[in-house]
Amino acid sequence: MRYSIFSLARNALRHHEHWPLAWRSPAPKKHYDAVIVGGGGHGLATAYYLARNHGVTSVAVLEKGWLGGGNTGRNTTIVRSNYHLDANAHFYEFSLKLWEGLSHDLNFNVMYSARGVLNLAHSPSDVDAAMRRGNAMRLNGIDAKFLSRDEIARWIPNLECSTNARFPVMGGLLQPRGGTVRHDAVAWGYARAADALGVDIIQQCEVTGIRIERGAVVGLDTTQGFIGTPKIGIAVAGHSGHVAAMAVIKLPIESHVLQAMVSEPVKPVLDTVVTSGAVHFYISQSDKGELVMGGDLDFYNSYAQRGNLPVIEHVTAACLALFPSFGRLKLMRTWGGIMDMTMDGSPIIAKLPVRGLYMTGGWCYGGFKATPASGWMHAHTIANDAPHPLNAAFTLKRFEQGAMIDEKGAGPYAWAH
Amino acid sequence: MLLIPCPWCGPRNQVEFTYGGDATLQRPANDASVAAWFAYVYLRDNPKGPLDELWLHSAGCRSWFKVRRDTRTHDILGSTRIGQNLPAIARDAK
Repeated sequence: MRYSIFSLARNALRHHEHWPLAWRSPAPKKHYDAVIVGGGGHGLATAYYLARNHGVTSVAVLEKGWLGGGNTGRNTTIVRSNYHLDANAHFYEFSLKLWEGLSHDLNFNVMYSARGVLNLAHSPSDVDAAMRRGNAMRLNGIDAKFLSRDEIARWIPNLECSTNARFPVMGGLLQPRGGTVRHDAVAWGYARAADALGVDIIQQCEVTGIRIERGAVVGLDTTQGFIGTPKIGIAVAGHSGHVAAMAVIKLPIESHVLQAMVSEPVKPVLDTVVTSGAVHFYISQSDKGELVMGGDLDFYNSYAQRGNLPVIEHVTAACLALFPSFGRLKLMRTWGGIMDMTMDGSPIIAKLPVRGLYMTGGWCYGGFKATPASGWMHAHTIANDAPHPLNAAFTLKRFEQGAMIDEKGAGPYAWAH
Repeated sequence: MLLIPCPWCGPRNQVEFTYGGDATLQRPANDASVAAWFAYVYLRDNPKGPLDELWLHSAGCRSWFKVRRDTRTHDILGSTRIGQNLPAIARDAK
């Protein structure tokens, strides 16, 4: 059923008792033309674009838990394309353009809100870096605007902009088209749209092995039996290394835990996304009224999906340094997600060194905003057995070749990006 | 909160420490192949389970040492000085 004002009215008159399920839950078939491992945003988007852009509809998405239960449901919902390096800038800008039209494309309201993403500058060198990045963005055709301290203070009255501040605000780089998207809706919207094109979405089906014959994949062993396929796309960020190891591939990736948290819900107090690199902190307000906050990694390898108190203390301290008036709020929930941290801080969307095996992963902190473009490029790479120009740089080989895409210039330390 | 057992200072709060990553990596010889150096600098086993890792007691005795920690639970399973080894880890095939 197509969602519209008419279907809403029709179902309202029938007391909302006859809405069809948004997607089927079929038993896995014996064979598919392509199988995607991982039913988060990236995996579901890959399946959707395989069917829509490339006409490959014999596709299964295998998810060991439930749809969007991993990082798709654990991020801070921010979307932006304010990158400095060309490969990142063009890729994330393509993604942001897809976000802008995604609700119409999927016929599912993903609640994209172009409320702006503001990076604060707290020192003269921060200001220089923001100007430089803003200029690079504008040269790449991406919207960027430098705001003075006064403009920011007028716009965000509860932000501490006095000269006495522990981290004085000296300006900020705004990307007006950045903002937030409702993260669960992204998984559900892609799942529904992919299902409508014939993709089988199979939940509670964990992949236990990848079968390879003469250097090419022939299928997967799963908790629901063997599934034959000549093409496998891995979209399991957080566990990429774990799944790639089933094909005896070692990746330049470590898994780290990143925490996020929300306050109790309050009336509207913040109508944009504020981030600060100096204290590594980002905050926005959800439509439910919660202040959604995040910070740095816990800085040690982890698969635990939960972190420790020092980072929560750091994030809340940063919050209060920037927004003293939020000190009366209680934290309501905290949680953690497992990040694939690559050695240069940029993702891998590429063919792997086994025929028929592909991956999108290594998303570090930045996977959610990449979801549509990641799916688009992953699908292109699977369908054509060759990358799209926009993901040609995100290879596995680049580490060996010294062609790093190191936005921060932090060197080969997975937790430093 | 991690309570990290520094072999020199005893158990201390994690905020006193800096992480140093996988302690099992072996630095290749200076004239080793590019492939060996690539593997050392970039590739990681990234195990889901016990991992031997380097920690620096940066706000304490300033010594590097090894900690064995389970990456699934954050349980700390032991620690030792550099140059000494923790007992071998029994890993299941998967």
